[in-house]
Amino acid sequence: MVELLHQLSSGLALGGVYAITALALVMIFQATQLVNFAQGEMAMFSTYVAWALLQNGWNYWPAFAFTVALSFVGGVVIERAIVRPFAHAPILASVIVFIGLGFIFNALAGFFFGYTVQSFDTPFNGRPWFGAKFMSAHESGAIVVSLIVLALVFAFFRFTPLGLAMRAAAQNPASARLVGVRVGWMLALGWGLAAAIGAIAGMMAAPIVYLDPNMMGGILLYAFAGAVLGGIDNPWGAVLGGFTVGVVENLLGAYVVGTEVKLSVALIIIVGVLVAKPSGLFGRRIVARV
Amino acid sequence: MSALLSVRGLKAFYGPIEALHGVDFEVEQGGVTALLGANGAGKTTTLRALSAMIRREGVIEFRGEPMRARAPEDVARLGVAHVPDGRGTFTDLTVEENLKLGAYIRRDRAKVKTDFERVFGYFPRLAERLRQQAGTLSGGEQQMLAISRALLLAPSLLLLDEPSFGLAPLVVAEIFRILRQINQSEGVSILIVEQNANLALDLATRAYVLETGRVVVGGAAVDIRADDSVRRAYLGY
Ligand SMILES: Nc1ncnc2c1ncn2[C@@H]1O[C@H](COP(=O)(O)OP(=O)(O)OP(=O)(O)O)[C@@H](O)[C@H]1O
Ligand SMILES: [Mg+2]
Repeated sequence: MVELLHQLSSGLALGGVYAITALALVMIFQATQLVNFAQGEMAMFSTYVAWALLQNGWNYWPAFAFTVALSFVGGVVIERAIVRPFAHAPILASVIVFIGLGFIFNALAGFFFGYTVQSFDTPFNGRPWFGAKFMSAHESGAIVVSLIVLALVFAFFRFTPLGLAMRAAAQNPASARLVGVRVGWMLALGWGLAAAIGAIAGMMAAPIVYLDPNMMGGILLYAFAGAVLGGIDNPWGAVLGGFTVGVVENLLGAYVVGTEVKLSVALIIIVGVLVAKPSGLFGRRIVARV
Repeated sequence: MSALLSVRGLKAFYGPIEALHGVDFEVEQGGVTALLGANGAGKTTTLRALSAMIRREGVIEFRGEPMRARAPEDVARLGVAHVPDGRGTFTDLTVEENLKLGAYIRRDRAKVKTDFERVFGYFPRLAERLRQQAGTLSGGEQQMLAISRALLLAPSLLLLDEPSFGLAPLVVAEIFRILRQINQSEGVSILIVEQNANLALDLATRAYVLETGRVVVGGAAVDIRADDSVRRAYLGY
């Protein structure tokens, strides 16, 4: 029983990482109808920035805050400098740009920080939630951080004028511009937010999966599986999907298929959902835009 | 009366295709100008060009100065509110969110609040449906929403693209009654595009008839209305 609870809570901890990563994917998707395949590598690079700060003696939370802020700015700059020029390009061109961006960050991380696997600090020490024996302090802390991120993002989009403007820009750019929303900047802001969320995802994942330039590969795949499962056009579906994938992945890995092949679980989920219910469990039917 | 908007030699383009070939017209301060014409004449294109939604050339003077805005979001900031063709509803957002977006660029919060009350006075039905998803409103309600959203910008010029389109006569009558009120009691100048010439000429002080991207007739609305040959040749009634 304790073992099962342990697997469940591990699943929820990584599930939280998948959930917020899925949310970042959905944010970009809603605004551009494109999946940002570089989301994972951007997050990994952010995590290295935090690692470098920690190595240089920074305390955890200042390093965390600085990394999130820097990632936000980085996301904005990437949108303006690299993504924007391809705004009217064919989808394939954009996909190639995203994939290329991923490779660039991967190579940069290897170049600057090396390919050796590093351990990454967690700020959560001591007793986990309620002193539960089945859960590590970091797992409980990561779950809380994911939930806080989700709540903040939700509140931002739901209650602030800027969040409303971003939703309007994603939904009907022409009308948004007519009421004065600077749609181009809203996209850049979306990228900034996605990059900031990615940084948090990376910093929460790294103590669990360890830090190396390829650490986000699997995580992005699981997050994508979560997003597809919940519905790539539905943020809350994607979040739920992310948590679900985290738990399912962990339970299957522990009791059914073993850890070696559990990554293929993500692929099976993706393919299965796309075949059986392409809009995901909570999404609307995707209508191809011509 | 002086001109609030004065347009000379306006050309507009869809990609390489020139859709307006040098259009001249005016909207007086406090006046209503109607742009009339058959399908494909270039009425919608004229409004899009004014809002900088498409590439344009020519002279546009607004409040006596050349309009320097290069993008729709800057035109909106000059106080030009555009109710587009098809109403431009944010269908997945609530009625309230649609209205809030209308006032997005304004910082005078207290005044925005009274403006909300004012549009609810014009269209009480919207006040009852604040939490409803805008896409589920009827066509008439969506038109009311679009006009209200535009009013919440506190515009000095309102651009309206076929507000009667697809609506029942009673609803159209209600909307035009309120447009008249907006113009007369609030002093908002209006540039209205209509296929329903009768209706538009009733409201308008000036009118222009477009044909394939050119103005063929223009002048005081009363004169256009009284001119049988113009009516038969261009307005089809
Ligand atoms: N998005 C577009 N791309 C290319 N050409 C367009 C586009 N929109 C309109 N046109 C062309 O521009 C010309 C003027 O069209 P416009 O929509 O301005 O007419 P309209 O007077 O508003 O007609 P309607 O009464 O049918 O709304 C037409 O020849 C039309 O085919
Ligand atoms: Mg039209």
